[in-house]
Order: sequence, then C-alpha cells, then structure tokens
Amino acid sequence: MDRKLLLEHIGVEGIHTHDVYRKQGGYKAVEKALKSMSPDDIVEEVKKSGLRGRGGAGFPTGMKWSFIAKPEGVPRHFLCNADESEPGTFKDRYLMEKIPHLLIEGMILSSYALGCNQSYIYIRGEYMYVLQILEKAIAEAYANGWLGKNIKGSGFDLDLAVTTGAGAYICGEETALIESLEGKRGNPRIKPPFPAVKGLWGRPTVVNNVETIAAVVPIVNEGGDAYAQFGIGRSTGTKLISASGNINKPGVYEINMGITVEEFIYSDTYCGGMKNGKKLKACVPGGSSVPILPHYLVCKTAAGEDRLMSYESLSDGGFATGSMLGSGGFIVYDEDQCIVRNTWNFSRFYHHESCGQCSPCREGTGWMEKVLHRLEYGHGKMEDIDLLWDIQRKIEGNTICPLGDAAAWPVAAAIRHFREEFEWHVNEPKLCVTKNYGLVTEKKFEPVNA
Amino acid sequence: MSETNPKFKVTIDGVEVEVDPGTTILNAARLIGGDVVPPAMCYYSSLQGSGGKCRTCLVEVSKGSEKDPRPMPKLVVSCSTPIMDGMEVKNKSSEKVMDARAGVVEMLLINHPLDCPICDQAGECDLQNLAYEHGKSTTRYEFERRTFDKVDIGEYIKLHMTRCILCYRCVYTANQLTDQREHGILNRGDAAEIGTFIEKNLKNEFIGNVIDVCPVGALTDKTFRFRSRVWYTKPMDAHRDCKCCSGKAVVWMIGDEVARVTARKDQYGEVKEFICNECRFEKKEKSDWTIEGPRHIDRNSVISANHYEVEAPAHTPLLNKA
Amino acid sequence: MSQENIQLPEDLLQEVGRQIAKFPEGMQKSALLSVLHIAQAHFGHLSEPVMDYVARLLHILPIEVYEVATFYSMYDTVPVGKVKLEVCRTGPCMIEGAEKIVSYIENKLGIKDGETTADGMFTLKTVECLGACGYAPMLQAGEKFHEHLTEAKVDELIEQYRNNPKANYLGL
Ligand SMILES: Cc1cc2nc3c(=O)[nH]c(=O)nc-3n(C[C@H](O)[C@H](O)[C@H](O)COP(=O)(O)O)c2cc1C
Ligand code: SF4
Ligand code: SF4
Ligand code: FES
Ligand code: FES
Repeated sequence: MDRKLLLEHIGVEGIHTHDVYRKQGGYKAVEKALKSMSPDDIVEEVKKSGLRGRGGAGFPTGMKWSFIAKPEGVPRHFLCNADESEPGTFKDRYLMEKIPHLLIEGMILSSYALGCNQSYIYIRGEYMYVLQILEKAIAEAYANGWLGKNIKGSGFDLDLAVTTGAGAYICGEETALIESLEGKRGNPRIKPPFPAVKGLWGRPTVVNNVETIAAVVPIVNEGGDAYAQFGIGRSTGTKLISASGNINKPGVYEINMGITVEEFIYSDTYCGGMKNGKKLKACVPGGSSVPILPHYLVCKTAAGEDRLMSYESLSDGGFATGSMLGSGGFIVYDEDQCIVRNTWNFSRFYHHESCGQCSPCREGTGWMEKVLHRLEYGHGKMEDIDLLWDIQRKIEGNTICPLGDAAAWPVAAAIRHFREEFEWHVNEPKLCVTKNYGLVTEKKFEPVNA
Repeated sequence: MSETNPKFKVTIDGVEVEVDPGTTILNAARLIGGDVVPPAMCYYSSLQGSGGKCRTCLVEVSKGSEKDPRPMPKLVVSCSTPIMDGMEVKNKSSEKVMDARAGVVEMLLINHPLDCPICDQAGECDLQNLAYEHGKSTTRYEFERRTFDKVDIGEYIKLHMTRCILCYRCVYTANQLTDQREHGILNRGDAAEIGTFIEKNLKNEFIGNVIDVCPVGALTDKTFRFRSRVWYTKPMDAHRDCKCCSGKAVVWMIGDEVARVTARKDQYGEVKEFICNECRFEKKEKSDWTIEGPRHIDRNSVISANHYEVEAPAHTPLLNKA
Repeated sequence: MSQENIQLPEDLLQEVGRQIAKFPEGMQKSALLSVLHIAQAHFGHLSEPVMDYVARLLHILPIEVYEVATFYSMYDTVPVGKVKLEVCRTGPCMIEGAEKIVSYIENKLGIKDGETTADGMFTLKTVECLGACGYAPMLQAGEKFHEHLTEAKVDELIEQYRNNPKANYLGL
C-alpha cells in the first residue's frame, strides 16, 4: 500500500491554490460531512480510524475529542498547533507551505465535529512567510464559501484565523500555546484543569497538531475503517517523517507506518542511505526529545527483530533499548559525529527554551548544559557522568510540563548507550577536542538504569 | 431539605482526616498539622493561581481513591492536586518523595547565594528552613552563580534578585491587591527575573505586602530600622485605627523602638489580612500603635529552633544607616 | 524618541485593527504578539516607549508588554542591524556544518554572535531549530529562509543585502 493520503497531490502544479486543490478533490470531505454526517459521526469515524496525535505524544485523537466539555452556552475552541519547534521536525511547515487547503479543510471538519465556531491556527513566529501563505488560502476559502456564516447552507458557522508565536519552543506545549494565544508569556499551566474543560479564555478547548488535523480529511473521505487499513497494529495510517542528518536524501516523506527502519534509511525511495558511504553511528527517530539509539539498535530491536517505523516498534524495549516515534523528526548520525557534543547541543537547546517556571527544569537544564560543556571541551571529571545521570533523574517526572522530561531523556539515553564515549572524553582531554570517538561497541544492556 | 455535605476521607502518612471535596492534599495535610505537612515555597492560599511551581510540596499518591485505587504514576504537587475519597498519600513516609524533594532543594540552591549569615532575611527565610531540613550541607554545583545588583523599587522596597526563587507570589500579590501591576517576570528560563523593566517606583498603597509574601530575602523593607538579625527584635501584636486596612500588624521592637512593621502571618507563613503601606512603612513610633502583647512565633523555624543564632558577623552594621 | 513621535502609520494601524478583530470582544490582548511583530518591523526594535505605545493600543498595562517582549526570542528590546542573520545552531544543523558557517560570518563581518556591524547593517545571531533541518545548514534573514548554506552562498547573500537599498528587516 504505497498510496499517500496527505501528500498524494503534492506534485500537482498550483496545488496551494483553492481552484487546483478543489479540482483534485479538495473540500469533498467538507461537502460530505456537512451534507450527510453529524458531528458525532465524524468523532466516531476518527475513533474507528485509530488516528493518534502526530504532535509527539501519540494520544488517540478520537478519544481526546470525546473528552471536550460541553457546558450550555459556553463557546468551545479548536486550535491547530503549528508551533513546530522540536529539533529535527519540519513536516508541518512542508504541509502548510505546499498544500495549505488540506489543513484548512481539516480545520473545518474538526471544528464541526467539536462544535466550535471560532478556530485558530497558532504558527511559530519564524514561519512568517508560511503564515502569509495560510492567510491567502484562508481568504480563498472564505471567498468560496468554505468559511464564514452558514457554510454551504448547512447552518454551520466557522471563523478561522492564523495567529503567531514569536520564538519559544515551549509554546508547542498545548497549555503554553493557549497562554501565548491569550497574549501572555508561554508558561504552561498547571493541570488539572485540562484544556478540554478550561482552555482558551477559560473555555473548553482542543489542541491538535497540523498533521493530525490534515489526516481527518482522508478519514472523512474514505471512512475510519479504510484509514485503519493503512499502517500496522495500533499505528494506523500514514505518517510524515522529517529526515535529516548525514543521509543522502534529507526531506519530508509520507510513509505507510510499518515499513522497516532499514528500508527507510537505505532505500532510494526515502533517505537513500548514508552520505559519503559513512557508517551509521546513531539515530534519534522522533525529534530531539526522544532517546537516541546506537547503531546496533536502530534497524533491529534488542530481541533481534526488524525495527519498524511505528509507534510500537520504535518504543520496543522501553527506554532501555528503544526510543519513540515522537514527532517523526528522524535524525541520522554517521561515524564522524560526537555524541557528547550532540548531547551538549540538545541540552543547551532545552536550557534556552525552559520557561523557567518550575525549579527542577529552570535550574537543572542549565546545570546539565554546563556539565556537558565541560565534558565536551576536555575539562570533565569521571564523576560528571554520574552527576549528569543524577540531575536528569531529578528533573524527569518532577516538573509542570513534559519539557523537563524532554530535557532529561536525551541525556539519560546518551549516557546509557554511549557511556564509553563520555569516559573517553574524560580520559583523553586533549584528543577529544580534535578528534571524534567513532563508533561505539555493541553492548549487552544491563537493566540497572532502566 | 437539609443536605449534609459529603466529606472525603484521605490518609496522609497513615493519619486519616475528613475534608470537603475540592480540598487540596496540602490543605488536608495542614488540617492534620505537624510532620505530615509538605513544605510549600510558592503556594499561598490567599493568592489565586499560586502554587505548582517550586515543586517542594511533591508527594506520592499510593492509592488514587476508593473507586480507582491505582497509585498515581508520578509524584504530584500537593498544593494543586485535589483529594479524592479514599486517597492515600505519602509525604515523609515515602523515600521517593524525600529523594525528589532533596533534588528540588538542591536545584533551588544552585543559583542561590550561600551567605545566609549576612542576608536580611536570615532567621525567617523559608528556604533556609527548607535547606536545613532537606538539603545537604555541601553543593555539587561548581559553576558561577547568577547574581544581580540590589535595586530599589521605590522608596520603600529593595529587590535583591540574586536571592529570588521565582515563586511568583509577589506578582500575584500585585495583580490581586493592586489595580496597576508595575512589576513582573522578565526574560525566561534561568534568566528570568523579577523586575519593572525600566526603573519604576512601586507605589500602590498595598504594594508593601510583596515583602511579606516573599519566602526569601529578595524583597525587603527599606524602612527596617536597626536591621540586625531579626532575633534581636521582639515581635508584638499591635493595632491602630487605619482608614485603609485592618490596622492589625506585628511590630518588631528593639527596646522601645519600632524596628519594622509586618502583617501577621499564620503558622505556614501566610498573611491572612494584608496591611497598607502607611501602617507598614510610616508608623515607626511606639505611640502609633496599641500594643496587644508578645507575638508567639510558633512556626517550626530556625528562629525558634536556634540553629542560626550565631553572632552577627563583624561587617554587618547593627545600625542600618542606609 | 519621545512619546509623541511613537505612532504607527495608518496602514499599519489598520493591520493592528485586523489582528485585534481576529479575537472576540474584550480579548484584544490576544493580538499582543502580532502587534509586537508589527511594531518591531516598523520601529526596528522594541524600545520602552514603543512597548508603552503597544500597551496603549491594546489597553493593557505596560508590564504585560514587557513580560511578553522579554520572553520570546524573536523580539529585540535593544537596537539591532537592518538585517538580522539568524543562523540555526541546533543538532541537525550543527552536524551539517552550522558552526563553520557561524565562524565564517563572524570573520567576514568582523562581529561575534549577538553583535551588530559598525555600519548598523548586519546583526549576527545564533538561534535554535527553525524547522529546516533537512536543508541544513540554514539561516533566516528577516522572513526569508536561506538553506543548504555554503561559504559562497553566504558571500552572495551578504553582497545582495549590502547592494540592495531595499534590504530591510523583512528580508529581500
Ligand atoms: C515542550 C513541548 C513542545 C511541544 N511542541 C509541539 C509542537 O511544536 N507541535 C505540536 O503539534 N505539538 C507539540 N507538543 C505536543 C502538544 O503539547 C500536544 O500534545 C499536541 O499539540 C497535541 O496534538 P496531537 O494530539 O494532534 O498530537 C509539544 C509538547 C511539549 C511538552
Ligand atoms: S518543565 Fe520547564 S518548561 Fe515546563 S513549566 Fe517547568 S520550567 Fe517551564
Ligand atoms: S521576589 Fe520573592 S516573592 Fe517575588 S518571585 Fe522572587 S522569591 Fe517570590
Ligand atoms: S508549593 Fe506546591 S509547588 Fe510550590
Ligand atoms: S536544526 Fe537547524 S533548522 Fe532544525
């Protein structure tokens, strides 16, 4: 099943315009839904499809939708999370830039399903030119009667607007996004209450990722069951993967979930293999937050089975020997890359992006960055490795929002799988600033640090 | 039809208590009192929105409720988590909690100066108390600490940002007690700071209360006379007729002189009746006040526990001439 | 700049109105981030009088604007060059040579990360992942993304901006 569901028409000239999009079957799902489906029918189809959130957490979308509170007389809001800032992830930008009407169509369907009449796309400030593409497309959608009052005579009203961030990764966290949309600092809220009960302006709110929302279009067009035919197990449908790093063909790929990681990295349909004939050293399969895998755990699981591009298979083995699909930001490292440097780099990122509200994350992310910096530049001590382990352990699970975990996991995974490379940095303080360690040796995992 | 409010039963460190639905774990623990009460550095019951940030009040929920007895997967903040009927909570009896709390304390201290003996808040600092109980005496942090210069925010209040733990209490206080908030949180992450952005005087007539809500020595009273160690002063309950506030305060006496005035705090360090700037900053004569009698400081604090009653170092002037 | 001189031109005020109109009555504060972008593009940076002006436009307190302007990394509260060269330095860009690009620009312009050239033309800033990791290394100038950077491409770009009198905050 090589068919694409989201990017099927991406190659068509002018697909970013309403008329071409429409000619390719665009807005058929809206017509169908408004004519023959109730809001609950759509929620039902989304449940049947098995669609899981594409923003990183993989939470079942239909279930999330069914949690929204419906108090009498209180407006509800549907928000699109287009903050896309997880390092290694650039699929939402691609989708919005190339085929903006797909997102708009998905917004209409989702808003209808949830009974929302005022919806927003929150896009990161750096994507200003994408914002302009979206605004143009929204204007076209209004002009063609897909937005506004009484859409196509259905009695359903929807206003859709794009609004912008201004440089803050944390605003991808849904309650920080809501705060930001209210014109405030992007401080995540303390939950409960959850957005489904009290979100934007205190009203029931659902936040979904760009790709999740786009996937509602094929689900309505072809039915949830048909969508669930794609993919494997509980990883139904197709997934956009942003591939970057030392590979021949970086870019955005729509994959049918369940293809092997090996095929994804080495086949010419996708990444086209390692650049310059180098060897694979490591891979971060789901954006910078997820655990890094050493070369011997990338294409095979610890049990020796083929690792697949799916939620379940990528997390097979838990954090001990697995990782996560996350946002689908697939970063590939070759033998010349330094794991300590990369871990320091990611730590600096989380340090830079912590909102500073809660003490373990505010203080701990900076501390980890400093220790890693010292290790990378040959001033580290052997105890630093255990110190790092302890700091990340004290952050993980003890913070307001998952950014704390996201900062802790990459450090933990790097130490777990690449400890010998960290030790080498301590033992070879002069060498480690001029030379890279190379491949790590395969090791049997000892489950103490799981 | 009279209805009796159903009460929820909750057990904390083995002690059972019945509370109204909606009560948080922390407030349930406070009903029990004593050792089962988790420390709270950012929560302040009268300030809406406070809590959840410092993470010192983390506890373990070993049983979710009677209906759903599964334990909660992660530690939760007791100040912001409502109890469920039949919930079982572990505070001091949980190793996980003590370990995590020690971690939080260590985090709070890595950028905090270690000069308690010369800090104006010494002896009545919640962080000092917390560190004494939960921290280690050595630090593993070997990098430069962030420091700021002391600044005056108005004629009455001094801000020493270096000591701030970003509990946000003073911001909520300004938001909820005054109608023109002028200070707030600037920048983000560990660069975040309390400030006014440009030099500004905080001048609202209730703004002085930020001093009392501050758990550390970041916001202090510039009119505090004889700024010695507080344990040389004698706290007395006192009141006066005030048009603006309740006029109920604590005056801190040295001999016959009023060294400073604060609001009255309960055993958890919380002010229930805020006082106005006039009472706090301008009534420094004994004759301004009707003295009721000595104030019992019944917090289990280092003031009463004597841990820090050392001679004031020679370089701290006993008389503050500033 | 004194308070009186701070005033957006009519077309931009209309744009501010359009941003505010995206939100329900009374929720105009939601337009703050957008309005700050507009103000920064016009005035060059968000000085205190500019922020106070924005507060008045949205009927909010100045501190609410300062809090937001200092939280988000895209806002400049101090003057910057006409063109900001924002080079991504995060993992995927780093392993494709972002650090080399940064030092190349530093040497070429004689400034360090965070500094502005003496002629006020360029500011160099390293930033975190801009969502172009597959086209690394990359930089953003104004609104424009420049991807697959090489030293030659950087030369060309800087030349372009230097020669084009229209080079401004928004990029080419
Ligand atoms: C620190 C942090 C950053 C996040 N960034 C994004 C993001 O940029 N885009 C996104 O869609 N979700 C992001 N998420 C996930 C959102 O919180 C939320 O789960 C998601 O938008 C829900 O949509 P979904 O169910 O469709 O995935 C982030 C979460 C965290 C904790
Ligand atoms: S975990 Fe970090 S980013 Fe999240 S609320 Fe706490 S300080 Fe902010
Ligand atoms: S100054 Fe004091 S009250 Fe204000 S945030 Fe800092 S520690 Fe809290
Ligand atoms: S008191 Fe609960 S988190 Fe600070
Ligand atoms: S890492 Fe540079 S754009 Fe993502």
